[in-house]
Amino acid sequence: MEILQIAVITLVKILIVVTLMLLTVSYLVYFERKISAWAQNRVGPNRVGPAGLLQPFADVFKLLLKEDIVPFAATKSIHTLAPMLALFVAFTTYAVIPIGPSVEIFGYKVDLVVADVNMGILYILALTSVGVYAITFSGWSSGSKYSLLGGVRSSAQMISYEISMGFSIAGVLLFAESLRPVAIVNAQSGLMWNAFVQPIGFITFVVAAFAETNRLPFDLPEAEPELVGGYHTEYSSMKFAGFFLAEYANMIIASAMIITLYLGGWQVPYIEKLGLPDYAVVLIQVTAFFVKMGVLLFFIIWVRWSLPRFRYDQLMDLGWKVMFPLSLLNLIWVAILIMIMN
Amino acid sequence: MNLYDIIFYLFAIITIVSATFVVFTKNIVYAAYNLLLTLFGIAGLYVLLGADFIGIVQLIIYVGGILILILFGVMLTNKITDVPIKSGVLQVIPASIGVGMLAGILILIVTNISWRNMELTVPESTIGSLGMLLMNEYILIFELLGMLLLIALIGAANIARK
Repeated sequence: MEILQIAVITLVKILIVVTLMLLTVSYLVYFERKISAWAQNRVGPNRVGPAGLLQPFADVFKLLLKEDIVPFAATKSIHTLAPMLALFVAFTTYAVIPIGPSVEIFGYKVDLVVADVNMGILYILALTSVGVYAITFSGWSSGSKYSLLGGVRSSAQMISYEISMGFSIAGVLLFAESLRPVAIVNAQSGLMWNAFVQPIGFITFVVAAFAETNRLPFDLPEAEPELVGGYHTEYSSMKFAGFFLAEYANMIIASAMIITLYLGGWQVPYIEKLGLPDYAVVLIQVTAFFVKMGVLLFFIIWVRWSLPRFRYDQLMDLGWKVMFPLSLLNLIWVAILIMIMN
Repeated sequence: MNLYDIIFYLFAIITIVSATFVVFTKNIVYAAYNLLLTLFGIAGLYVLLGADFIGIVQLIIYVGGILILILFGVMLTNKITDVPIKSGVLQVIPASIGVGMLAGILILIVTNISWRNMELTVPESTIGSLGMLLMNEYILIFELLGMLLLIALIGAANIARK
């Protein structure tokens, strides 16, 4: 393929992914409010548009029109940079996650992933570690004690859980013998989903994903009763919206990661045995990816409105004394499994 | 100048400019933030040279681990305590002699080595061969390094406990 062709196809893919992400994020906020209303026996947003469906757009306009306040004690440049960094990390991570197999569109072979990088998983890990900076930057630059404490807490939490996350991923990598997300998905054909093969790793990864996205029961960085709003206490208007969007985009990435690594990606078990035409198979597979994602996102929101928050020392104890040994155990289990299978 | 050169100079400029800032800024937090850009630029250079694994690991370890620890130290002391932490200029003469000698040696090495010129090719992924080498040929060194890190870890925990 010529370089121009590759560039055009990639640009189109980026456009589609970013648009999809933005739309999903805005409606995720809506669903979060609806589900929380359902959990608390309320009605939820129902004023703007039919059943409140236009609420996300109203929210965006509200945030855009608000005054942007930068505190006097803030370090202005870094204060502005932090939400941008958060959004940058949230959107670029998605580049390596495949949403379907390769297909032929108008005679071109197109992979349904923006960038089929050889070290996709390491790329995601590297970007998550850059994501910590968004939070430390915002915490430090706001010039407020609440923000600073929130920032420090958040980075400590993310670093602690990155370890058990890394070890759980190592189990998946051992099994797939590759760091390419596409290869990892392909290795889970049939019912060989990693969630069934290595259930302990699945659990530790899901818990770590909750901690990495700062969601309840691990949302200490913004624990309202203690820290007002945590690291984004001093943010308003679109800068606050940046953090808000990034949080929801991170939820999408976390669930996409869980699907790719543990739930077979876009695979539907034994679909090739049904004898369907190619395009129907691809369509079903892509739909399956989004259905899995929807279920996981619902699960994440459901957990938030069902579980209380951990205390800070409990969180650290869980991370270091329970999750870390469990993920090691999972690694040993996978190694034994591979030895037996060979 | 082709695309490769442009990207190289871009990363080189990022690295050098931010490194200069790290050295000359008086504010220690800005120094730490600029170190982030320096490490990022170096990671970019690694990837450009086809060392994709080292580039990514550079990001994960230096940016995601070490620099965060430095920032923690700085954040928890600066702005909270009233003592301003500034970096200043001292020991000018011995420092310039040392740096001058180091620079001289580096320039000598760069100019005297006969560099091997290679054609521009699409680099292959290095991670598989690296893993093979680490687990076969260099297994002893690999394990020894692991032991060394473990010793450092136990030592750090022991000091922190006192």
